[in-house]
Amino acid sequence: MALLVVEDLHKRYGKEEVLRGVSFTLERGETKVIIGPSGTGKSTLLRCINRLTEPDRGRIWLNGEEITSRRTNIYKIRAQIGFVFQDFNLFTHLTALDNVRLGLIRVKRMPRREATERAMRELARVGLADKANAYPAQLSGGQQQRVSIARALAMDPKLILFDEPTSALDPELIGEVLQVMIELAEAGMTMLVVTHEMGFARSVADEIIFMEKGVIVEQGPPEVLFTNPKVPRTAEFLRKITEFYGESS
Amino acid sequence: MELIFKWEWLPQLGRGLLLTVELTAACISIGAVLGLLIAIARLYARGPIYWLASAYVQFFRGTPLLVQLFMVHFGLAGWGIRLTPLLSGIIAMGLNTAAYQAEYFRGAIQAVKRGQTMAALSLGMTRGQTIQHVIVPQALRLVLPAWSNELVYMLKYTSIVYLIGLPDLMGIGRTIASNNFRFFEIYAVVALIYLALVLIITFGLRLVEAAIRVPGLGTARQ
Amino acid sequence: MTASDWQGLLKGVPSLLGGLGINLQILLGLVTLGFLVGIVIALIQVYGPRPLATLAVGYEWFFRGVPEMVLLLLIYYGLRQFHVPITPFIAAVVALGLRSSAYQSQIFRGAIQAVGSRQMMAALSVGMTRLQAIRHVILPQALRLSIPPWSNEFSSVLKDTTLASAIGVIEVFKRARFIIGRQYGLALPAFMLVALFFLVLTYMGNWILGALERRYRIPGFEAKGTGERF
Ligand SMILES: Nc1ncnc2c1ncn2[C@@H]1O[C@H](COP(=O)(O)OP(=O)(O)OP(=O)(O)O)[C@@H](O)[C@H]1O
Ligand SMILES: [Mg+2]
Repeated sequence: MALLVVEDLHKRYGKEEVLRGVSFTLERGETKVIIGPSGTGKSTLLRCINRLTEPDRGRIWLNGEEITSRRTNIYKIRAQIGFVFQDFNLFTHLTALDNVRLGLIRVKRMPRREATERAMRELARVGLADKANAYPAQLSGGQQQRVSIARALAMDPKLILFDEPTSALDPELIGEVLQVMIELAEAGMTMLVVTHEMGFARSVADEIIFMEKGVIVEQGPPEVLFTNPKVPRTAEFLRKITEFYGESS
Repeated sequence: MELIFKWEWLPQLGRGLLLTVELTAACISIGAVLGLLIAIARLYARGPIYWLASAYVQFFRGTPLLVQLFMVHFGLAGWGIRLTPLLSGIIAMGLNTAAYQAEYFRGAIQAVKRGQTMAALSLGMTRGQTIQHVIVPQALRLVLPAWSNELVYMLKYTSIVYLIGLPDLMGIGRTIASNNFRFFEIYAVVALIYLALVLIITFGLRLVEAAIRVPGLGTARQ
Repeated sequence: MTASDWQGLLKGVPSLLGGLGINLQILLGLVTLGFLVGIVIALIQVYGPRPLATLAVGYEWFFRGVPEMVLLLLIYYGLRQFHVPITPFIAAVVALGLRSSAYQSQIFRGAIQAVGSRQMMAALSVGMTRLQAIRHVILPQALRLSIPPWSNEFSSVLKDTTLASAIGVIEVFKRARFIIGRQYGLALPAFMLVALFFLVLTYMGNWILGALERRYRIPGFEAKGTGERF
């Protein structure tokens, strides 16, 4: 069975149907990229996967365990799913080290020393061991995002969700974050990434999911989607987005 | 014109000062606890509890503290509930500052960004852990400047309790002044003592603020 | 409470309303005094020469640090002691007004600084004098920014007018105490009524100031009140 199975997910906000039956799977070690126009429900989908937002209908399994079941301990599940936010959301009152350590100490109940060692390892992995004692406000956007990736990694997640991790960054800082993500993918991390970085999608993704208006329009390997999409709308969107964002990476 | 001040008046004023400080400490603490509860009720409760908390804040912020003090002391007495002046003072001032502190706490909790909660939950923290380890530490830092003002404000405002017969700094000052007909001298000295106390509290709290300050959290003071 | 208690209270209502009129007169006087002095102090703090600015800061410190009750007694009885024929009413306006001027100057100073030195430079660069720049460029903007924090100060001094009773001004709170006299059963309802008056006045004041703020709002130029008492 796949690591993550999403089946017929529905979500509405008031009258607006944001997700209208989304289904897909994610295998262990796989990286899938979700693309689609603004307001299509990509962020909502990611938040439903760890139930930061409650879906109205549909089921989700992680590693065979149903996340959407009432009996599931959602906190245990969330600890196994990393989440990287567009605007980082580092804890403002904590240093980089404490940001990475907090979940280890409070959620995993790891002894302080062990947690510190682990956190330092993850900070080193994203190239920020020397910034361990800096507060978020003292870090650049790219550095903050790398710390937030380290924070997710420290929990030993089975899967990491990225919601436009480079959208809030100045162009010259995007590369350092993408580099960390590429290394993660190569190391075999399972990742679900919402992004407009087509270069990254093309070279790293095993599959691309194109979403529009709350449904998946088309999904497939990047070669197929970029060169020979089945749906004309996909080609149109890819052309537009490539024009707009370029293919820098 | 001749100014007269006798040194023997100072120890008496000192005793009044002690009562003023005790009164301030008591009412500000009651106000902090009650205020936090009211803030949480205003933020997270619905229905009657929310309305009750809101009405409480409206009432105590919208009416004079002097009237509130007399309601507690003489109003309740008229209905058979007799409180000592000290108790009346603590209760009235505590209830009053609770309403103000509630609003500061509420503002600070709201000022903690939503993304902070999301990030904490995404790590698997429970709501309680999120409040304890993320929201409260940030909100407390954000609230401290307003809270310092409130402390100073209450310290000054305790000076009205002499009207229900408490021998606080103001009350003792008044007794000495009218017994000796030296109003100007006594009240000037009383004013300076309050001023000194305000300075001490203000600078003390600024030290606390500086000690727990975190870059990027909270606003710089002018 | 007996029926005659209620009647006593009812009969006292006109007297209470008359007393409330006195509170409003004090309010008008003290707000005007505080406004004028407050602006001058703020301008001196920002634009004045060094020694004067320091003095203005000291002024603000003094009047913010001393309880209003002490100021009232100091000014009224202190002046009477030296045979200055000051009435309780005037003493109340002066004491509360000077205190308010310190708080208002803080509000105006913040607003003037928020408007910023660039606006001053821009004004000077079109050939205005410093005074013209302050009058036509800085103050109009600063006063708009000041409305929300000023509303807080307003509702704070409105309630503080009851303190004037302590130096013998026969305003609404004092009159309530007269009406109550020795009928302590009347105390709670009478004070409740006074409280109600102030609730209504506070609402009306906030409503008017809110309307004023909306009336003079300029797009892209907003400030939020913190609800803080200063
Ligand atoms: N908490 C919420 N309450 C109400 N409506 C919401 C909420 N969150 C999202 N929406 C609405 O749901 C729709 C989808 O939002 P979502 O953020 O999932 O889109 P998105 O695909 O991530 O867009 P973007 O590319 O701009 O991030 C939007 O129209 C949004 O206004
Ligand atoms: Mg989104």
